[in-house]
Amino acid sequence: MTAAYAVLGQFGDAVRFIFEGETTREGANVGGSQFLDLTAEHLKLTFVAMGIACAIAVPIGLWLGHVRRGSFIAISVSNVGRAVPSLALIAFFVAYLGTGFTNVTLALVLLAIPPILTNTYVAVSQVDRDTVDASRGMGMTAAQIIRRVELPLALPLIFGGIKTSMVNVIATATIAPLAGINTLGDPIINVSGYGDTGRLAAAMVVAALAVFTELALGAVQRAVTPAGLKLESDTASRRMRFRPGREATT
Amino acid sequence: MILELAQVTIHNRSADDASCVADNGFCPSWIADNFGRYTDPLLQHVYLTLVSLAIGFAISFGLALVAHRRRWLVGPITQITGILYTLPSLAVFFLLLPITGRGNETAIIALVAYSLLIIFRNIMTGLDNVPAETKDAGRGMGLTDAQLLWRVEIPLALPEILAGLRIAATTTVGLATLAFFAGAGGLGEQIFADINFKSNVVTAGGLAVLLAATLDALILAVQRATTPWARARSA
Amino acid sequence: MNSSEPAQPPGPSPRPAAATLEFRQATKVYPGQTEPAVDHLSLEVPAGELCVLVGPSGCGKTTAMRMVNRMIDITEGDILLDGRSVKEFRPSELRRQIGYAIQQIGLFPHLSVAGNIATVPRLLGWSKERIRARVEELLELVGLDPGATRDRFPAQLSGGQRQRVGVARALAVDPLLMLMDEPFGAIDPINRERLQNEFLRLQREIRKTIVFVTHDIDEAIKMGDRIAVMQRGGKLAQYAPPAELLMQPANRFVEDFVGSDRALKRLALQRVRDVDLWKAPLVRVGEPVIEARARAADSEVPYPLLVDDEGRPLGWLSGRALAGERVDAEFTSRAEPILELEDVLRDALAEMLQEEVQYGPVVDDRGRVCGVLSIEILGHALKTDPEQVPHGADAIELVE
Repeated sequence: MTAAYAVLGQFGDAVRFIFEGETTREGANVGGSQFLDLTAEHLKLTFVAMGIACAIAVPIGLWLGHVRRGSFIAISVSNVGRAVPSLALIAFFVAYLGTGFTNVTLALVLLAIPPILTNTYVAVSQVDRDTVDASRGMGMTAAQIIRRVELPLALPLIFGGIKTSMVNVIATATIAPLAGINTLGDPIINVSGYGDTGRLAAAMVVAALAVFTELALGAVQRAVTPAGLKLESDTASRRMRFRPGREATT
Repeated sequence: MILELAQVTIHNRSADDASCVADNGFCPSWIADNFGRYTDPLLQHVYLTLVSLAIGFAISFGLALVAHRRRWLVGPITQITGILYTLPSLAVFFLLLPITGRGNETAIIALVAYSLLIIFRNIMTGLDNVPAETKDAGRGMGLTDAQLLWRVEIPLALPEILAGLRIAATTTVGLATLAFFAGAGGLGEQIFADINFKSNVVTAGGLAVLLAATLDALILAVQRATTPWARARSA
Repeated sequence: MNSSEPAQPPGPSPRPAAATLEFRQATKVYPGQTEPAVDHLSLEVPAGELCVLVGPSGCGKTTAMRMVNRMIDITEGDILLDGRSVKEFRPSELRRQIGYAIQQIGLFPHLSVAGNIATVPRLLGWSKERIRARVEELLELVGLDPGATRDRFPAQLSGGQRQRVGVARALAVDPLLMLMDEPFGAIDPINRERLQNEFLRLQREIRKTIVFVTHDIDEAIKMGDRIAVMQRGGKLAQYAPPAELLMQPANRFVEDFVGSDRALKRLALQRVRDVDLWKAPLVRVGEPVIEARARAADSEVPYPLLVDDEGRPLGWLSGRALAGERVDAEFTSRAEPILELEDVLRDALAEMLQEEVQYGPVVDDRGRVCGVLSIEILGHALKTDPEQVPHGADAIELVE
């Protein structure tokens, strides 16, 4: 029992650390409002990287899916992307390009692209051929088909890819302090400045952030699902699955 | 008690190619001379990966078999494993520290937790994709539920199951590079030890990528060997 | 033979007894529904006969069939296999004694053709040798070349081949009874016809008791020894041999279901050889006209039929052809249509209508006249006792 209380106590301390902070023996104030700054930096890094990744991956995925070509590229990207450990990726960037916000962002962009690209590609190429054919028969241009037919139908799966990437980027941004960016990973990696409680607190915040993102983007995903597709969603969710080169996480 | 991470700098910098090493460059001769120092971390990495995969697979398989019979469990299991999948492993290592302490155990728990959803979902998809008429025919021929499961459903789900295992394998190799934060060593520890030294980063990172690719190829080979009918279809 | 194991003859296995099947007030009510899917169904299928369950979709025919091997549990009443309730068996044991073939076939994609056929024999623990021989025998039985198909996967077969493998698999352990649910439903019309004929020939050889489900009345008439017409609500509308069903529909529903062309369908069940033909008043060139007239007067056919020396028909004699003293070939009218013994009555009628004649000479396989078919005989044929009309496997053409 006492062991359990001790463990609970450590988590309780961590929660207090997040909201109130504490003063170290050296007289420095750690935790509390400091966590706001770390979280802000963490999110800034995440959103910039995600913004760039989406701007690159979504159009390419849409186009590849529309012409139904390049499945090899779309699938290889995701296979390779998964095989490179995020720590190794950050380390490559630090070793070859040095530290700094831009370099870390670039590494995270590379990390974020594969799931978005693959999901977008799969989503668009899975749109029923007959539906696309009917649109063409009605006189729609390629751009109109992409915007009015393929994109709405693909949107849920695209957001699934964005969700996967974003959770992954949030997790990986935790090791950004290795490249000199003070995210929520700072208390974890530079443990001497914060102590064990600070590190546990940071881990809790990162975990909460990831779960929150998952839930929020899941809600967005449901919101952007066309009503007609929701009716089919029971069968559709069975069709979506993990597969090498086929992200399709929902 | 503050646990300092192993900030070991790479020793033996005074190799033949002194200037390359001093510049943190990519020095093939240094790599050749110092390759031995990567063997143990690599083996530890392999150990973490394989043990985690084996446990993750066993748990997922058991969950899938239970959920296959009791469909209402699919939702709750997916949600719970989904949260475990969402939690960043790095965070989980530290969330577990107060409970399980530092070491392999903590790392393996976190890696297993992450792999559950991937494997579970693929097994379920594989089982769900077995054509209804095939099951009907099997039952009509007098196969019991257990015979149907082991002789028809699982063999037919094998491509999906092994596909899930491939994804789980490559992801686990990647996440195991962070296992040193839980005090379980591995190639990540080597990367972290001198992140500015290109030779070191390339060797340790490259070994991790290579390990992921090897496992992927191995499971793919198993999949090819055990599912000859899948190729007959495309032929 | 010094092997201690009893030797299994590789040749055809001894003919097993087929079972009788009896539905006794069998009823199925699905949970949550008030209307029964099958409502007090009672019928008996004699051993070795093919019973077709036919009816519109939702009439409960498939449910009725699936109750036999307990894929669906009986709510009320019973089904007896050789007098023994199917409820007495463990489901898996029961099913292993009953062949099962469905429209989607349901071959196991991961097993070879041989592996598919061997499924139940393996469950029953047959020896490898025995299984091998049986697979070979069955593939030949269903018209597949064992060497070429044994090791293929289902994905490498055509639709017709898959269907044959499905039938072979259902026959693997010489079941007492076969259940077939629209087995030819997914096959194109031309191949379906071929498979139906092949299956009827096979059935003539194996004489299994078969429950055959279809929604196609033509298929039912063609395949069935007995046909059970079912209507919505799972009620049996009529249970009768094909000819009886066509000539004496029990009610308006059956009448509509068999269609307004039921008389023609009925004629399709009989062949020229099955009816009593009229004796032809045959004459040859050079015979006295008086004799020819007398022969015609003696016969039901009003005109003499001129034949050559071999007895092959040349033409009908009438009017000016009978004016002279001796029979002359000059004024004969054509003898078309010339009908054959194996022709189906419906086709014979169509040919006669086409030629606008009342009579058609019938020739044997050497082309010699052996009788005359008339519209009158066809009218009679429609009135013959339905029990006398051949059906199912017996109706199939003897020559290939």
